[in-house]
Amino acid sequence: MGDMVKQPGRLRPAPENFLSEEQVKAVGSGRRDFLRKSFLAAGAALAAPMAARAASEGDINILENPAWTTSLGMPVATNPYGMPSKFESQLLRRESPGLARVGGASVSFAPLQGLFGIITPSGLHFERHHQGWHDIDPSKHRLMVNGSDDSLLKKAKVYTLDELMRLPSVSRIHFIECGANTGLEWGNVAVPTVQYTHGMVSCSEFTGVPLKVLLEDCGVDYKKARYVLAEGADGSSMTRTIPMEMVESGEVFVAYGQNGEMLRPENGYPLRLVVPGVQGVSWVKWLRRIEVGDKPYATKDEAVHYIDLLPNGQHRQYSSIQEAKSVITTPSGGQTLLDKGFFNVSGLAWSGRGRIKQVDVSFDGGINWKTARIEGPVQNKALTRFNVDWVWDGSPAILQSRAIDETGFVQPTYGQLRKVRGTKSIYHNNAIQSWKVIESGEVSNVQVL
Amino acid sequence: MFRFSKTILVFALFSASTAAFAIDKYQGVGRQATPAEVKAWDIDVRPDFKGLPKGSGNVERGNELFEEKCASCHGSFGESNEVFTPLAGGTTKDDIKAGNVKGLSSGELPQRTTFTKVATISTVFDYIQRAMPWTAPKSLKADEVYAILAYLLNLQEIVPADFVLSDKNIADVQKLLPNRNGMTTDHGMWPGAPAKKGGIGNGGKPDTANKACMKNCKPEVLIGSTLPDYARTAHGELRDQNRSFGPVRGTQTLGPEAAKKAADAGTLDLATKSGCMACHGMKSKIVGPGYSEVVARYQGQTDAESRLIAKVKAGGQGVWGSIPMPPNGHLKDEDITTLVKWILSGSK
Repeated sequence: MGDMVKQPGRLRPAPENFLSEEQVKAVGSGRRDFLRKSFLAAGAALAAPMAARAASEGDINILENPAWTTSLGMPVATNPYGMPSKFESQLLRRESPGLARVGGASVSFAPLQGLFGIITPSGLHFERHHQGWHDIDPSKHRLMVNGSDDSLLKKAKVYTLDELMRLPSVSRIHFIECGANTGLEWGNVAVPTVQYTHGMVSCSEFTGVPLKVLLEDCGVDYKKARYVLAEGADGSSMTRTIPMEMVESGEVFVAYGQNGEMLRPENGYPLRLVVPGVQGVSWVKWLRRIEVGDKPYATKDEAVHYIDLLPNGQHRQYSSIQEAKSVITTPSGGQTLLDKGFFNVSGLAWSGRGRIKQVDVSFDGGINWKTARIEGPVQNKALTRFNVDWVWDGSPAILQSRAIDETGFVQPTYGQLRKVRGTKSIYHNNAIQSWKVIESGEVSNVQVL
Repeated sequence: MFRFSKTILVFALFSASTAAFAIDKYQGVGRQATPAEVKAWDIDVRPDFKGLPKGSGNVERGNELFEEKCASCHGSFGESNEVFTPLAGGTTKDDIKAGNVKGLSSGELPQRTTFTKVATISTVFDYIQRAMPWTAPKSLKADEVYAILAYLLNLQEIVPADFVLSDKNIADVQKLLPNRNGMTTDHGMWPGAPAKKGGIGNGGKPDTANKACMKNCKPEVLIGSTLPDYARTAHGELRDQNRSFGPVRGTQTLGPEAAKKAADAGTLDLATKSGCMACHGMKSKIVGPGYSEVVARYQGQTDAESRLIAKVKAGGQGVWGSIPMPPNGHLKDEDITTLVKWILSGSK
């Protein structure tokens, strides 16, 4: 038993080896009490049903009603704002050690390895701040709309939250991905789990007012004003240029709601821009100002950072769209399969160019592929969940997923991506991710060319 | 009759507006911004210098300001990578001539600095003005921004030591930026109109073209890279980053010894987040006593833990001098207990 306690993540031996000889004898001699203590010691990390088969009478969790079945539970509103179970404390946003030296200009990654469906719980949404976050008093927050030139707009206006929330609203599900997601892996494998390889993507239902409504309320001249500058109210007053075409289409909106409640402070409370399909840096948080202009702005985060270095020494500027990408989240790096046999392999796919059309999964490193089931309805520019059956025979395998979006674009391999962009781009790495499974069941991060 | 005339009025507004946008459609929502309000917030500076404030500053003044306000993060010469990526270095006289930083393609650059990348001087001005210094953004006057930028340009050997940068000559400096020709927009990742229609980029054409092959797609699997050993453990105990039930478990990556270290690091993080490290050093006094000094004083006292917990919560004064420790009512009880235990166990 001792070994199992120390290594609850390992592949489980057959039931007869699960208990030590002494313990098996103890069970045989009817010392059930001893067995119960063993289960407690083993902790929740061990699945009880398997162990219980060793007991002649059955599973202790069935034979003896647990406390929650034989006592009074807690009253309503014990937690006025409900929190996850205390048994869910492992799935947290985490930083990648060494990635940034100061927490105010860092990243925390969403624990994709344990999430289901397509909506990221707001409290686990990835974070990227450029100069720390604040919890802004909404009664003092203002949104200003002005022009780089008076001729671009009939009048500059100021809106309060009271006013913005009176306007016609839309609610849409969209993914947001940092342009640097998977950026640590451009040159080689660098991090162990999907949380750190892909955890700078999240997906929420956002609610707010189309930016178009506000610009038209100010009397924008679309002929002249072809760009929008979005600016935050944080210390960095983060700015990015957004094309007017995306505003005119009605896609871009000024959001206050996220997953049924107000935005979380770390995600821009009380106002952020939603720019579907475009990298997260453009979704300006704590949005305080929109300027319409006739030229792009070359702001710090589109002229020093968020530019993609190519092998010829040139940097791609204004690269914004997040191209089709996917990743298997279960099983994934840093996990160990419990046993041979059936597994539901599950993952996420998304594209900044529209809907996901198909996801294929390979178990042999990309030699043969099988089309996965897509969980619908498939949303535009949103995370899309896929699942596929797999019976693991205990032999080594390499799992991959490959997304195809509605434009017909097929997610590239590392070899294809590096051929055009080299290994130092940092941003926009949408290569096919590979997870290697070895005989012990341990899954690790590898790159297949 | 009243209603009728109002309809007429709205109709008249519609027809009068050539842009055809009904400004009054959302009545009672928003108000016109005052000129002072727009001036207060509209601080952006574009590559064509629209928005640039008038002013000037010289290299020497910039050096003083940089030492005072910037060097603690960026190093005296903008070279430090301790906190942020370096600002200065990595370019040559030839780069200034060509407008392309050669080190970017030759692979000779150990690390890209701001000036090896940036193609527009407006970007640097705009950013210093809006976001610096790190802990007091927007506190610099326009002349100070010019001075600091002049100093950086001098560090980069773009301007001489007696240079005065101003709104009058910044466009000339633009022509000397080492990587001014280093940007391309010939890509498919701009979501607006393409360059040929007055926008940016090639109209969304991707640069890779994978095929959705299904069977016998390649003769063999080439592994390019596997997880290095150090990376397996660098992210802490992976077992604890996964559920303890379900189809998989997190792989155990650390032994108990390493797990203790990771927990200590977590507590240091908690101490930093809670604001403790602003006044207390691990070993020595900053404003309040160092943690090892605390341990020494309370050694052997059985009630040390409870006394310290009370002190952290309520604040205190007199034990270590006259500067009071503020109360920390905002911290959770369990966090205070964790911190005190950590301090008494010889905080590492």
